[in-house]
Amino acid sequence: MLQIVKKQEMSPRNAAILRVSMVFAALIAAGVIILILGYNPITVYSKMIEGALTNKYRLTQTINKAIPLVILSLGVAVAFKMKFWNIGAEGQLYMGAIGASYIALFHSDLPIYIMLPLMMLAGILCGGIWALIPAVLKSSLGTNETLVTLMMNYVAQKFVNYLQIGPWKDPKAFGFPKIATFTDNAVLPKVFGIHIGWIIALILVVVVHILLKHSKLGYEISVLGENPQTARYAGMSIPKILLVSVLISGGLCGLVGMMQASGIEKTLNEGISGGLGFTAIITAYLAQLSAPVILVVSFLFAVLLQGGTFLQVALEIPASVAEVVQGVILFFVLASEFFTNYKIVIRHRESADAGKEAAE
Amino acid sequence: MAKKFMALLLASLMLLTLTLTACGDGGSGSEGLAPIKKEDLKIGFIYVGDAYDGGYSQAHEEGRLQMMESLGLADSQVIVVENVPESAECATAARNLVDQGCNVIYSNSFGHMDHIKAVADEYPNVYFGHATGFTRTDNMTTYMGRIYEARYLSGIVAGLQTKSNKIGYVAAMPIAEVVRGINAFTLGVQSVNPNATVEVIWLNTWYDGTLEKTVALELLNKGCDVIAQHCDSPAPQIAAEEKGAFAIGYNRSTAEVAPKAYLTAPLFHWGAYYTANVQSIIDGTWVSEDFWKGLTSGVVSLDNLSSLVVAGAAEKVAAAEAAIKDGSLVIFSGEIYDNQGNLKVAAGQTMTDAELTSFDWLVKGVIGSVPAA
Repeated sequence: MLQIVKKQEMSPRNAAILRVSMVFAALIAAGVIILILGYNPITVYSKMIEGALTNKYRLTQTINKAIPLVILSLGVAVAFKMKFWNIGAEGQLYMGAIGASYIALFHSDLPIYIMLPLMMLAGILCGGIWALIPAVLKSSLGTNETLVTLMMNYVAQKFVNYLQIGPWKDPKAFGFPKIATFTDNAVLPKVFGIHIGWIIALILVVVVHILLKHSKLGYEISVLGENPQTARYAGMSIPKILLVSVLISGGLCGLVGMMQASGIEKTLNEGISGGLGFTAIITAYLAQLSAPVILVVSFLFAVLLQGGTFLQVALEIPASVAEVVQGVILFFVLASEFFTNYKIVIRHRESADAGKEAAE
Repeated sequence: MAKKFMALLLASLMLLTLTLTACGDGGSGSEGLAPIKKEDLKIGFIYVGDAYDGGYSQAHEEGRLQMMESLGLADSQVIVVENVPESAECATAARNLVDQGCNVIYSNSFGHMDHIKAVADEYPNVYFGHATGFTRTDNMTTYMGRIYEARYLSGIVAGLQTKSNKIGYVAAMPIAEVVRGINAFTLGVQSVNPNATVEVIWLNTWYDGTLEKTVALELLNKGCDVIAQHCDSPAPQIAAEEKGAFAIGYNRSTAEVAPKAYLTAPLFHWGAYYTANVQSIIDGTWVSEDFWKGLTSGVVSLDNLSSLVVAGAAEKVAAAEAAIKDGSLVIFSGEIYDNQGNLKVAAGQTMTDAELTSFDWLVKGVIGSVPAA
């Protein structure tokens, strides 16, 4: 008879080994699927690496994907640390992009050194406020933030669509429903061929690491996440911690919206996120909400994404193959979470009672 | 070290190209573009939709296959990228194709224009072809069929077929190309049935099967008994069939998709264009041009009328087609009123191509409006 039993807490080292081996197991399992789809998994994997890293252009593409992923994951991690399940990175990104685009489109005569910081500020504020709404709803009405943040993604995305075909439509586009291209003073400058978002991302990794590990707020966030009762007994102001950290979480995602609009698209449209707001949930989770690990995991995921695009072009393999790999990895990682905390034991009748006890 | 090497490499490359172009003086083709041997061709195609969307992109895909067959290109010489949105992703797709060694790139959607232009500027030695746009550079040409001529003919069919005198039109984007199509269609309708109206609903997307069908159903529920379309999938035809109405398709012959509704369709024959264009790259006669040809060129046509079409339509279509081909019928010649009752083209006048490519008003008989830009 199979029973699921709670385990003693694993040492961090063992847990890490388990996770890494799960990723490898996932790659093997995905390899089997690739084989079934009719491709050679070794070719596919090596082509993915080749497509993501082997020349300057490809590496640039990979880093362009890694930048938003890193910051989005940091944003998600701040909320997750508190066990506030912010599934709304996508929507916060869009709202941030809207805020930044407003400045870029309607104050286009600002000098670049005022324009870009103002766009960033607008992005952070709009993303933060968009995240604040579900937080306020949760703390005042007890709503489920997972659902609310998730649904607000679609509201934000459709809002972009509305602006694009309605009030913000470019009058010089001959009727084509697009928003005007930003002027040069609203475009992030490049350093080593990549927009400066990469520097911002690296700085933010350090900042968020300090915030979560070495600050009072970070401590409060993790206490609140572990046990709200403890936080209350310790005299912490739960609503305040909740709102401030959600503002940070949404603000980071909003900043990504600004960077994608300014650095990549040079305008606002419905596709600026490319679904990265959802991918960031996977990467944040995989990285165990640790800022430095997020940097590594996000880069690896960017390799996976860029490799997937490359597959589509180089081998004409559908990009969905890479999505399959991504899905399988997530599946295995979730399984590894399960096995870090629980184990399955085969029991005989006489030990069933003992098992019950252990399960409690 | 690496930088120094790159700089040296670049400098020598520049010198090389300079010498080459100097030597090639007097040769044909645009500056910086050399003819490409057939076996050295590597061609990328960027589609806004699925290569098998049943409509617009599939028509390009069939054109591509026809081109490869007639020129004898190997499969490895062509790369197709599907579902490329009209955003910076299009530029990325084009750069990815260059990264794969493509020296010729075609893209098939209006909104790809600025992005293709950007990449064309980055790679002056790569040939670019952009369908339906108007931006051209030394290494970026444009191509389109005068599909509105075929739409006029399909309007004749719709005008004769309708009993309710209400025709629905599922329209993608409110740009000149689509407006021109609606107007030509409506003029065709009214040439045989002045009482019939054409109601337009805009999708604001080229390709979204679900939305295309929903909008078609809305028009059908308003009493339209013939549905025409300017969008990428055959979904409006399926909607018409479900409601027991008729449909005018677009892009490809799709009688098999909605056999109980399909009347005919304005068709593209991109294969003819792609074959000729690639051949001109091989021959060194390629030029950046505004390729925009109609029924006489074979790039566009009206599909054979299905057995559902009312008697007498075939003769009228044939007569109009002959008149368009010999120049005795010019579709956009006066007098033409807009749907607000203003005289826009006086008798004896004809709209110029420049006016046709900036069309932003709808002719009499159309119910709907072009959203303000």
